[in-house]
Amino acid sequence: MATTTTPTPARRTSRSPERAPQRVGFSQQLGRWDVKLSPYLYISPFFILFAVVGLFPLAYTAVVSVHDWHLIGGQGDFVGLKNYQDVLAQPNFWRGLRNTFSIFLLSSVPQVFIAIVLAAFLDANLRARTFWRMGVLLPYVVAPVAVSLIFSKLFADQSGVVNTVLGTFGVEPVKWHGDVLASHFAISTMVNFRWTGYNTLIFLAAMQAVPRDIYEAAILDGAGRLRQFFSVTVPMLRPTIIFVVLTSTIGGLQIFDEPRLYDQIGQGGNDRQWMTATMYLYELGWGAQKSFGRAAAVAWILFLIIIVVGIINFSITRRISSESAPKSGRKKR
Amino acid sequence: MRKTTRKMWAVAAGVTGVALLATACGSADSGSTGDASGDEKITLTVATFNEFGYDDLFAEYEAANPNVTVEHKKAATSNEARDNLNTRLAAGSGLSDIEAIEVDWLPELLQYSDKFVDLASDDVEGRWLEWKVAQATAEDGRLIGYGTDIGPEAIAYRSDLFAAAGLPTDREEVAALFGGDDATWDKYFEVGRQFKASNPDVAFFDSSAAIFQGMVNQMDAAFEDPETGEITALENPEVKEAYDAVLKAGVEDNLSSHKSQWSEDWTASFQNNGFATMLAPGWMLGVIEGNAKGVTGWDIANVFPGGGGNWGGSFLTVPAQGAHPEEAKALAAWLTAPEQQIKAFKAKGTFPSQTEALESEDLLSVTNPFFNNAPTGQILSERALAVKPEPPFKGPNYFAVSDAMSQAINRVDVDRTDDPATSWSKFEEAINALG
Repeated sequence: MATTTTPTPARRTSRSPERAPQRVGFSQQLGRWDVKLSPYLYISPFFILFAVVGLFPLAYTAVVSVHDWHLIGGQGDFVGLKNYQDVLAQPNFWRGLRNTFSIFLLSSVPQVFIAIVLAAFLDANLRARTFWRMGVLLPYVVAPVAVSLIFSKLFADQSGVVNTVLGTFGVEPVKWHGDVLASHFAISTMVNFRWTGYNTLIFLAAMQAVPRDIYEAAILDGAGRLRQFFSVTVPMLRPTIIFVVLTSTIGGLQIFDEPRLYDQIGQGGNDRQWMTATMYLYELGWGAQKSFGRAAAVAWILFLIIIVVGIINFSITRRISSESAPKSGRKKR
Repeated sequence: MRKTTRKMWAVAAGVTGVALLATACGSADSGSTGDASGDEKITLTVATFNEFGYDDLFAEYEAANPNVTVEHKKAATSNEARDNLNTRLAAGSGLSDIEAIEVDWLPELLQYSDKFVDLASDDVEGRWLEWKVAQATAEDGRLIGYGTDIGPEAIAYRSDLFAAAGLPTDREEVAALFGGDDATWDKYFEVGRQFKASNPDVAFFDSSAAIFQGMVNQMDAAFEDPETGEITALENPEVKEAYDAVLKAGVEDNLSSHKSQWSEDWTASFQNNGFATMLAPGWMLGVIEGNAKGVTGWDIANVFPGGGGNWGGSFLTVPAQGAHPEEAKALAAWLTAPEQQIKAFKAKGTFPSQTEALESEDLLSVTNPFFNNAPTGQILSERALAVKPEPPFKGPNYFAVSDAMSQAINRVDVDRTDDPATSWSKFEEAINALG
């Protein structure tokens, strides 16, 4: 840094006390602080904001989770880990986790694959390129509530369009609300509808940053379109894939809007076929029990699960992309 | 049970419109405030949901009380209103001066009756039906809500489908067919089997869970012990009997249309002869008319199995956290006076809970063209008087147990994922989880 010269004399004076202390002017002192502290000051808004809206709620939720805490009645006795025990003993909690993971897998996995492929198509030389690129983002603009209302009409068990269309092909009507897997599929469809285009654009941006000479080199080496895609595009996208997988993991495990609005009651079905962990959290806190303590316990369990799954996904994505093209992957380090 | 209607969108649009108007009005008269304390200008906020029929009444009140400006906040669904109420009640601020609540969430709020202004006063003594007042009275005698509307239940039926099945079609005869004043649920199911025998393609009623709801609303203490508040739903023989009876009629005898109320399928089935009868509280008539637009043959019979029954209804409360409790109380009292409530009934069909209104010629003369010009005012008024004066006990856990029960019935009736026995054991599991 250009400022390294100023602090040196000051430091020297403090180390050699036998010398007459050099008086440092206040303005000089200010200047030193400026140099040392300003960078932190400039980035502090984020961290202050994060502490207020991120860290504090996190810690406060932990405090709530070890108390009897009623929505209206407020704080009660300290109960230790009892809320966690209670929650873990509930079959509905496990049902919620099962549904969350099932919906997450059914949505995130196809989403990432479809998004990469779509991005590759959009990266090619198309007519009216901007039109197509904006087109994939359109579903993202639609409010999730509207998406859910429309899709829950489409997927109505008896009067829905989807079953009518299936019927014309002689397929038995699917119980989109009654059956566990069918309901997960329907909800994943909503999620995919909304998020695939968004991820496509992120991939597309990353693809366009790939230096074109690498493709030229690949073509000279005789690589076809497919080979180029797998050996050049995908490995070069690795950081982006990691980003997308992580964000969709976090989002997918917190899924709430779509399943909540999938029927008119919003509790995730009569047999809790599509009740997710966050819906269970909401039901505990704001539903019949109004137990913030238990809801906070679920929130913390979910937080830990998301961290664990996030780490797992992170390592998997790192490995897969580097295995698919070890050379270019290693070169990037 | 919820009153969530498909009119949500219309309401949402309406709310936006009202909000825009409110802002326009607000800016227009903001310059003329600051009078002496006696008639100081104040703004009262009133939060309602669905449709209370109050829009014109606010203007009328403002005209009579120039110092008061009323601001209306309308939530699209009662669930939304309930979430808002709970959250802000907990926070201790942010509620409107008057908050409308539905009878189903009253029990949980009665536990915290000190968070509401005690509304009891001599002026309103004897204004409502006895059971309506009893519903909103806390254990210590505080009255936390003024009754607005009620849901006295009758039976709505399709006379054309009845004719096709060889049953009588005239509403007097239909009432007699179900047993008139001595109508029972067994008789109702019996008629259903008759109907089904000659008309196997059409269901007799819409939803088993709705029928169960009708039965529960006639039990003195269905799910909880009135003394201790303990959940007794699992031990109460009445509950199990009703559960078995409903599922036998609905599923085994196939009288039900196997749809859950308010679902897409249910709404759509009004248009394609989905079912021939349904339990119809006063506010349901508007729902039927809306969903069955263009369908002819709906009529309403002055009869209800097992005596009278009430489903739903609302109250106006004054949260203690408000800045103008006295003025809010006065407005709430004015809005729930018989004259005003009759106007609301005419505007939006919310049936009044005030004894005086039930005898008013204005109300009794109301007929409904959609229901073959049935004298709905007269019928619903008689149905309201048939309701037992002692309301069924509904404690703090009522809402939760009732939800779990609806789900238990729907698992068998709608989803068909369970038989009555396995669904009951899942119900037991859900009840035990509440503890």
